[in-house]
This record gives sequence, structure tokens and C-alpha cells, in this order.
Amino acid sequence: MTLHQLSVFIENKSGRLSEIISILAKSGVDIRALSIADTTDFGILRLIVNDVDLAVSILKENNMAVSKTEVIGIKPKDEIGALANLFALLSENGVDVEYAYAFINHECVVIRVEDNSAAIRVLNQNGYTLASEIE
Amino acid sequence: MFFQKDLETMPRAALRELQLERLKSAVDRALTTPLYQKKFKEAGITPASIKSLDDLKHLPFTYKADFRDNYPFGMFAVPMKDIVRIHASSGTTGKPTVVGYTKNDLNVWSDLVARLAVAAGATSDDVAQISFGYGLFTGALGLHYGLEKIGATVIPISSGNTEKQLMLMQDFGTTLLVATPTYAMYLSESAKEAGILDNLKLRIGLFGSEGCTPGMRERIENNFGITATDNYGMSELMGPGVSGECHLRDGLHIAEDHFIAEIIDPETGETLPDGETGELVVTPLTKEALPVLRYRTGDITSLNTDVCKCGRTHARMAKVTARSDDMLIIKGVNVFPSQIETVLIAINHISPHYQLEVRRENFSDHLTVVVELADGSLLERFQELEALRSEIHHKLRTVLGIDAKIKLVSPKTIERFQGKAKRVVDLRDKS
Repeated sequence: MTLHQLSVFIENKSGRLSEIISILAKSGVDIRALSIADTTDFGILRLIVNDVDLAVSILKENNMAVSKTEVIGIKPKDEIGALANLFALLSENGVDVEYAYAFINHECVVIRVEDNSAAIRVLNQNGYTLASEIE
Repeated sequence: MFFQKDLETMPRAALRELQLERLKSAVDRALTTPLYQKKFKEAGITPASIKSLDDLKHLPFTYKADFRDNYPFGMFAVPMKDIVRIHASSGTTGKPTVVGYTKNDLNVWSDLVARLAVAAGATSDDVAQISFGYGLFTGALGLHYGLEKIGATVIPISSGNTEKQLMLMQDFGTTLLVATPTYAMYLSESAKEAGILDNLKLRIGLFGSEGCTPGMRERIENNFGITATDNYGMSELMGPGVSGECHLRDGLHIAEDHFIAEIIDPETGETLPDGETGELVVTPLTKEALPVLRYRTGDITSLNTDVCKCGRTHARMAKVTARSDDMLIIKGVNVFPSQIETVLIAINHISPHYQLEVRRENFSDHLTVVVELADGSLLERFQELEALRSEIHHKLRTVLGIDAKIKLVSPKTIERFQGKAKRVVDLRDKS
């Protein structure tokens, strides 16, 4: 069970992020989760949206470099130490997390790992609830 | 002051006689190479066609591309055992433009550099700091041997490391600075900031390898309290020393006993009358290792054959203000957009569209290459984009010899051109 994540290249100039977000909003794309990694010159915007295909076609129409990746959405318990336990578990089982970020409503943590199926197996065996595409 | 007064003030009639005689032997030397045998055959001419200097216009041109096509040693007219030095400059593709010198060529070269140094007022009492980059480029070693020839004390410090430059300038009592004008400007501003101007003994600047506007030169002169002259040359012709200003600074005297200069219309190739502005074409007359006829310099200038008030009879060329091709001079290094294009086309994940931005910041040139991503294929890991950027940076550095800033942008965001592309945005102040 995975989620589709979009990665969008974003030039580091003022107004660029707002431009991309509003293009998606106007087309009725709902952003569930968002993260930006950047240097002084450029960044990569990671998005989890309700309609992946629509978002991809809109971004491409607007001359953006965009790619689609499968990532895992995990719903940890809402208590202190829950995230610590989650990442300890992944680490103990040899699952390296390349990056992670949270849903806007805080219910879900998105992780990007090398081997999705291995990570999902570990998470399922340990009783974690994973997010599915159609939520 | 003169280094070779008889030659530098030779009456023009005698000079023209000497030029004709030397042109004939230059043609004979050129015709020992396959390149010129082919060029003469194609033009349907023989050495016998040259009866007067006016016949020069019938000779074929030589282009930078000829050097590339004959890389590395195809244009050499003497056996390698007679070649004592190799220099190279960046070419229009990945391969550099290679030039060679015999012992005698080096001797003539240092004479001509000595002339421009003496014309600027240099003597054997001077302590000369050479802040050109040493290496394959002709600038540093050209000035080095010319200044040694007049007996000056040469400090081969090379470019960069400004603090050390200023330290030696004070401690060694440097009186003469050899640098690009932009670096001289930077040094002078740094010396001012460090509050050490009063400790300096500088009196002469010899500037070259890139153009210098009068306004900029005046600022450097005022900062340092020096008199500076410009000199001109290129490796394909010899190196620095092809021409240089005298103390009157009313044009650059071309060493006409060793070079014939013509001005042509760059579109038609027709020779233009004296005084008109066009592309400078130069024929070196005495080079042994690498004979070159009618070299298209690409530089736009005009010639003045009036005898100068300094007494020199050699024609003066105006400061070069433009080029007939798209060559850029960045930090004194020749850069052709086509070189950059060749590099970019061979790299995956980017489109062949690009834009070059040249800026001058802190008295130094900066090149930014704007490159479009082809698609989203490198967005999985941030490191992949960084790796792409450093790959482009590294490959451009290998070909151009300078560091460019690489700016990645989204697909299809660089302007597309219907006709001739305008890929260069030069934001340097030309005034």
C-alpha cells in the first residue's frame, strides 16, 4: 500500500511556490501533504495530492519538471514517542529513510525509502496503519 | 623611450620595403605546410603572385578553425626538435588552439614585449609583478620574458591570492604591475581598503588580455597613482606584443616590422582603406615555427598610419571595442557560446537551450550559464540535481578554463528564437 508523491522542480525566485500552488488550486487539486528541500538556487517541492494524474498534466502544461514516485504514508498513534518508535523500528530493520514529512492535518507521516515492499512488510508486521490513495 | 629605436622609428617607405621582403619569405615558410599548400591551390595563386604589398589582399585568410582542424601540430612548419615552447588557448570546441615557438620566435616575442614595456616607461630598475595567470596562456610568460629582457626584476606571482599580491607589492617594492584591468582594479580597491596605498612604490601598469575602458583605467590610475598602458596580442599571432600603447596613449602601435595589419569588411572580406573601421587581419612576418597568413582576429578596430608624436612610425590601432563574432572575453579568457553549447549537448537530462549571463561584480567578470531541465527524471533525490549541476560546472571548466555559475531552470522557460538566437546577456558596463 503506497501513495503517489509528486516531485516538482522549483526555481528559487520569489512568488514561484505560490504560483505553483495556486495553479493546482484553480484546477481543483487538493494538496494533502507538502515539503520543500532547497538550496540557494533551486528546490524540489514534494506533494501528495488527491488527484495525481490531473496534477501531473496541469504541471506539465505549465512547463514544470515533475516526476511521480511511490512513497509510504503511515498513521502513527497520537502520543509522545510514537514517531521515535516508528523510526527506531525502521532503522532496526535496515530500512533507510531518505526523507520524511507530515500531512497537513498531522495524521500521517510520509516516508521515502529505497525498498517500499520491505518497509511495508515491517510496518504491517508491527501493526502500523498505512494510508491509502483514496482517502 | 625606445627599446629598438631604429626599428620603431623606421621611415614608412623603408618599413614597407622590409614588410614586402619579409612577407615573401613568410609565404615560402607557410607553403611548407599542407594547410597553406591547399589554401593556395584553392585560391589559384602562387608565391610569384606577390609583387607588392597590395597583392596581400589576394592571399587566403586563416581562421581560428584552421588551428582546430590541424590540432595539435599540423600547422607547424619546423620539426619538433626545433620547437622550444608550446602555448595554447581555448578553442571553439573542446580542443585548445595550439601554438609553437622556435628559439628565434621566443627571442622576437620578448623583443616586442620589451618594446611596449619601454614605451610605457619601464627600465631595468623596475620590479615587475606579473599577476596574469601562468600556464598555457601566452599572457604571463610573454610579459615575463619581455620584462626580463629589459633587465627588470620579475616576480612571477601569477593571478589570485590578493592578500599575498599586496604583501609582496609592499615587501618587494613592486614598481610595475602586469594584470588584466579588472584584476588591477580589484587589487587597487583592496590596497585602498587595507590602507596600504602609501606603502606602495607602484608607478607603471601594463594591462592586457582584455579591453579596458578609459574610465576604468583612470580609476585604477588614480587609486594606485600610476600610469597604465594597454597592450594587445593573441596566441595565434604570437601573444602579447603585437601592439601596445606608447606613453602618449593615442592608439596601440603595431610592431609593423613583424606584422602586417589590414582592416577588412568582416562580411565581404574586402580590404578597407586606411582609417576605416572593420575587422583586424594580421599577417605575422617572421614567425618560424607557426607561419600564419592573414589571420582573422575577429576584433573590430581601425588603423592610423600617421607618425605618432612619440616618434614611432608604426601604425596605431584604435582600442578594440567590439568583435565580429560572438566571442566573449571573460576574465581575460576567450569564450565562445558554441563551446558551451558543445558541452551542454553532450549532457543528459537537460535541453539544448541555454542562456549566458555575464556580470561584473567586485571588478571581476562572472559567467552564469542558465540551463533547462529536460524533464522530471532527476527529482527523486536532491543529490541528483546537485550532481547534474556539478557535472555541468566541471565539464565547462575543463573546456573553458573558467568557473561558471550554473543555474537550473524549469523546462521550456528559456526564450526560443525563430532566427538568430540571442543567447548572451552581457550586463558589464561598457562605458
